[in-house]
Amino acid sequence: MKTVSPSAIGNSTSDRRRVVITGQGWVTPLGAEIEGVWKKLLAGQCGISPTMLFDAGTFPTLFSSQVKDFWLTDYLPDADARHAGASRNTQFALAAAQMAWNSAGLDQALALDPTRVGIYLGGGEGPIDFEPFVAAAVGGWRSGEAGAALDTVRWAELALNGLDATREFEQDPNMAAGHLAVQFNAAGPNFNTLTACAASTQAIGEATALIRRGDADVIISGGTHSMIHPLGVTGFNRLTALSTRNDTCLSASRPFDRTRDGFVLGEGAGMLILEDLEHAQARGANVLAEVVGYGSTADAFRITDIHEDGRGAIAAIRLALTDAGMKPSAIDYISAHGTGTEENDKIETKAIRAVFGDHAKKVAISSVKSMLGHLIAAAGGVELITCVLAIRDQMLPPTINYSSPDPNCDLDYVPNQSRPAKVDVCMSNSFGFGGQNDTLIIRRFSD
Amino acid sequence: MNRRVVITGLGVATPLGIGIDPVWEALLAKGCGLKPVEAFDASGLASTIGGEIPNFKVTDYVPKSYRKSAKVMSRDIEIALACACEAVRNAGLKTKCLVERGEAEGPPNVDSTRFGANIGAGLICADLSELAGALATAQDPPGSFSLKRWGREGMENLTPLWLLKFLPNMLACHVTIVHDAQAPSNTITCGEASSHLAIGEAFRTVARGAADVCICGGAESKINPMGFARQQLLGRLATRSGEDGSRACRPFAADRDGIVASEGGGLVILESLDHATARGARIYAELVGFGASANTHSWREPDPQGRGIAQAMRAALRDAGIAVDQVGLIGAFGSGTRHHDASELAAWRDVLGDRAGRIPAIAIKGAIGNNGAGSGAIEFAVLTMALHQKTVLPSLNTTPPDPSGSLKFVHDDPIDARADVAVSVSYALSGGQNAALVVRRFER
Repeated sequence: MKTVSPSAIGNSTSDRRRVVITGQGWVTPLGAEIEGVWKKLLAGQCGISPTMLFDAGTFPTLFSSQVKDFWLTDYLPDADARHAGASRNTQFALAAAQMAWNSAGLDQALALDPTRVGIYLGGGEGPIDFEPFVAAAVGGWRSGEAGAALDTVRWAELALNGLDATREFEQDPNMAAGHLAVQFNAAGPNFNTLTACAASTQAIGEATALIRRGDADVIISGGTHSMIHPLGVTGFNRLTALSTRNDTCLSASRPFDRTRDGFVLGEGAGMLILEDLEHAQARGANVLAEVVGYGSTADAFRITDIHEDGRGAIAAIRLALTDAGMKPSAIDYISAHGTGTEENDKIETKAIRAVFGDHAKKVAISSVKSMLGHLIAAAGGVELITCVLAIRDQMLPPTINYSSPDPNCDLDYVPNQSRPAKVDVCMSNSFGFGGQNDTLIIRRFSD
Repeated sequence: MNRRVVITGLGVATPLGIGIDPVWEALLAKGCGLKPVEAFDASGLASTIGGEIPNFKVTDYVPKSYRKSAKVMSRDIEIALACACEAVRNAGLKTKCLVERGEAEGPPNVDSTRFGANIGAGLICADLSELAGALATAQDPPGSFSLKRWGREGMENLTPLWLLKFLPNMLACHVTIVHDAQAPSNTITCGEASSHLAIGEAFRTVARGAADVCICGGAESKINPMGFARQQLLGRLATRSGEDGSRACRPFAADRDGIVASEGGGLVILESLDHATARGARIYAELVGFGASANTHSWREPDPQGRGIAQAMRAALRDAGIAVDQVGLIGAFGSGTRHHDASELAAWRDVLGDRAGRIPAIAIKGAIGNNGAGSGAIEFAVLTMALHQKTVLPSLNTTPPDPSGSLKFVHDDPIDARADVAVSVSYALSGGQNAALVVRRFER
């Protein structure tokens, strides 16, 4: 086994283990099959619709980007018995991971050492068990002369009767990773990170570091999340982070457009199989791409605002380039965080300009959030898969709904139409609430 | 070749107090921080016993200019900020927070772009009183909740930044803002294994040169009605000792019957040896090994044979290049539940063989309860102190030992014991994640 240089964030990239992507699977608002969803993305289709998962009819935002017609048993026929009680997050994760596992040929792999197979997810928390939770909260609320307060004794009686033990512990954010370990007999390192919207990009970056160092040979990595539930939408509506274009929801997600008014909440999962190159080659695996760079930083600025110069984003992008041993001009395509909020798109553009200089105008940038919405913790995993496919097909997915140029966002966002391009190296950005910044770089594999 | 990583600062907030020295002293004196909870009326729940951090105001741990942010902090965030401030003070680091508080003369002695954070967090519970108060405004008819009324007007009663109190990464965000730590930052959410995984990952980050200093560990509060109710639904709360908190949590004891919901956190400063040496820092110990694993038989039940826990320990020892017979001190997780402790004991025996019952062990949950994502880091900090002070402190409520066996705990006065290597383990009660860390007495 090769050893790692003392400064992996540095330029000595030659003597470390190489990490490649050998499988991928996703569950998205446009479907749950790699090729079908990719075709829709290249055709500029949109997964947004009025919210059906709960009655959002009086909420400020009436729409979302939901996964439709999803049945876990379509992917895992014995799921009802083996994964009873799994939350929506965990179900998405299981389906996407099973697709990734099979596509990597790991279902046929002989002599896989379970202790060398790990899991590193950016998995969200499961939704609160809303009806019994709310019934206990309202039933326990007392308004008396001394002022209103929660009667915790009455609350406890209602909550203990109404809540269900399994549905409670299945909300923990480490549950999807736990289910995956059992499903795939993955006894190696098992992590879940929840750095908000940056989580799955971070998970893939840290999983890459684990494989490089030799702590695992294979890692199922990516993210899963659904916040399309009453308290999730409440939280984002209160933050005024969501688009409220209720009359034109299909065109509501407008990254980099001057008329953007917030992101569209989505849900889903994106899972990749990361593997040590030698391990992949030894079993004759089909290598889809190589992970070559990762950078992670904190803005350390404010919990409510991104640093106005994009300080943290710039640093993450630079660290990823350094880790890859690449100059900015090597990047052909950037899968932007591109949420469609006023602040993100402006500052992400500024950060790209700061790092890329003259090349900023030449690099193609797009946000598939224009079509899929924002999958929060799962966004980075799904978006990295689109980068793998862009390299494979030499096609760039578009940023749809781009109609009014914004002087603050003046780069090439692949507006409205997909297009062919030379794509050998892709960068994927994810920036989380509170100032978490993560950037990955992948490239076409060559031996 | 990796850079050597040393532990130079310990910051804890527990039901026994805030700061490593007072907590250490209280543990030496067989203190217990578990008692009937005061934060809310728990009489409708199976246990009224909890572990609350006494006399705690977050404003003592942030710059004056940051005090207004306190209104968007959950208790978990407040605990993390207290631990962070304690850790950097303890390490002699001059961070932005200490300079702005006037506790240190600027400029800071750590480069922000080389200062990282890796903080474990739990599923942060919504402030029930706040949320219930808002939900109650959306009744229609009276007595029942109306989602229509909630969407139309009820949700307006929540503060706009409400969601930001409960995102798990907000612990790391507030800490990195206050102390100006801009290097790699992560939030691990793997139940009680979170702290060890965060410390282990930070260890790697510093070792490979992606940061010179990392603040890492975890924090959580289970002191709220939902925290208790969830543990009760899972059948985990210790109830046998009634109102007597000092006997409630009994790690590895024959009569153990569950956990005590608690709150607390620990953040430690990991630093490259070169960086620590250059600034003349006190070095508590060297972190030399990390291993992680998952249970594959179940994500919900402990493994009677403790295979996953043993695998994590072995991986950490292998990582450290340390033979099993060099291990001289055990840092047990000791949850106090029947099955988890049996699983853990099987793992220690599997890895250490006969020595599992012969070398000294420490388990402190009898004194501080289950601090969720903060548990591991508190225990890691205490174990590091034990190694550094050459003292094995008493482990409360570990007698009578389980007839099937136990570890070698100290029950009365602390004993002097020199160990060169200690192993600390933690695992998620639900989820199946296990992690182990190996600490060695520092020698240049």
